[in-house]
Amino acid sequence: MPDKRVRRRRAVLGGLVGLSLILLTAYVGESLGGPFHSLQRGVVAVLTPIQDGASRVLKPARDLVSWVGDTLHAKSENAQLKKQRDQLLRQTVGARAAQAENRQLKALVGLDGASGLGRYGTVAARVIGRSPTVWYSTLEIDKGSGDGIHAGQPVVSGAGLVGKVTQTTGSSAIVTLISDHTSGVAAKVLDRAGDPGIVVPQVGTPGSLLIQTLPPRANVRAGDPVVTAGTRSARYPSLFPPNIPIGTITTVSADELSLSQQAHLAPVVDLRRLDFVQILTRPAAGATAQAAR
Amino acid sequence: MTEPTALALRLAVFGIVSALVQIAGISQIPVLGVNADLSPLIVASIGLLAGSGPGALAGFGVGMFIDLALAQTLGISALLLVPIGYAAGRLRELRDPSHTLVPLALGAAASFAFAAGFGILQLMLGVGAPVSILVLRDILAVTLLGAILALPVHALAARVAGRGGSARGAPARSRRPRAYATGGLSPLSTSGRR
Repeated sequence: MPDKRVRRRRAVLGGLVGLSLILLTAYVGESLGGPFHSLQRGVVAVLTPIQDGASRVLKPARDLVSWVGDTLHAKSENAQLKKQRDQLLRQTVGARAAQAENRQLKALVGLDGASGLGRYGTVAARVIGRSPTVWYSTLEIDKGSGDGIHAGQPVVSGAGLVGKVTQTTGSSAIVTLISDHTSGVAAKVLDRAGDPGIVVPQVGTPGSLLIQTLPPRANVRAGDPVVTAGTRSARYPSLFPPNIPIGTITTVSADELSLSQQAHLAPVVDLRRLDFVQILTRPAAGATAQAAR
Repeated sequence: MTEPTALALRLAVFGIVSALVQIAGISQIPVLGVNADLSPLIVASIGLLAGSGPGALAGFGVGMFIDLALAQTLGISALLLVPIGYAAGRLRELRDPSHTLVPLALGAAASFAFAAGFGILQLMLGVGAPVSILVLRDILAVTLLGAILALPVHALAARVAGRGGSARGAPARSRRPRAYATGGLSPLSTSGRR
């Protein structure tokens, strides 16, 4: 009798592990339109209203925990911000002059001065879920194909680039963040030369990104802003419109730059604390404009 | 409805609700630069309270639910949570732990196993980005958070299962040594024979 129970118990364990392995293999091997991906989309669609409700109910608790954390960090952040303010004040003086010059030049070449994101057809969405592991940087939002959201559309927040839509259902979508290991964004550093590169994440450090494939003689310095490059070649159109802020260069080592052609940057958006995002439903408007130039 | 069926239903609802709280709430609160993960704690608690069979089944169910709800690689969480639930159940069946801090140690071990196993599986499946050595720090931070949350999660699981707050949920004086590999130690199976 005990032997039978032992065998049954081991059979349950073996069966479940085997089933997991079969599912894993089948899922990795199939395309996005495969049966397991479709099942996943169906489950996400069913769970969306529940998750939305749970997210709203739990928001005060999330805010409370965040407030405690923020208060603890406020003192050190205050000193850092004061330092930044002084630096920015100095930069503002130069920037105002450059802005006036820019307006004049734009008027000369007849370009529209409006550079807001409104022209990309933004749709605001609430974040209702996210993955807990460092290996998957994904969010679930409460807008889907019924709201004009489709896979491949860029996602931004007030401060800058967040990621792109990778899966949709009628009323929800999965957003893959720029800190996910599958992400890569064509970017440029706003230094004198506008050095191009590709922004990729560094798994394990969600607060840090890498810009790779920089030109060997790039003159990148800490503090340089990094923005999306947009479409550089009509053959390889970028999903992301140009000039959306991605981050600021934090560390540049001469050795790393010459050997690996990469530098470190901090994203402008706090990717771990997002309540609302915007999806650019007409990103091609920017890509086309860039390609035409 | 028989007692084992009612218990199984209660634990299933507990697993699903906890997974929802994880996705919609806990995952959005970074602490020490990482997010706490309740899923290994829930599965380990169920294993410790109900035995290896129910623990493995809970691991599969919770893992599949999380993979489906978060559009992650299907089966990856289940593959890791099944052995965690089974091992927690075997701990109960073999050692019959009674110390109140057992869930804490088990929670830490389950969190570490899940975080490290997830990383290893992900590396085996291929990662298209540089992996920082700091991922080890993240695993340790997740383990620490798991240890902190293990006792409240286990107490909640014990309450849902209708048992006291000790390591395996039953009052200490009613506990007696169990034989090795009888397989009949789960409340799901013993209740059915009454």
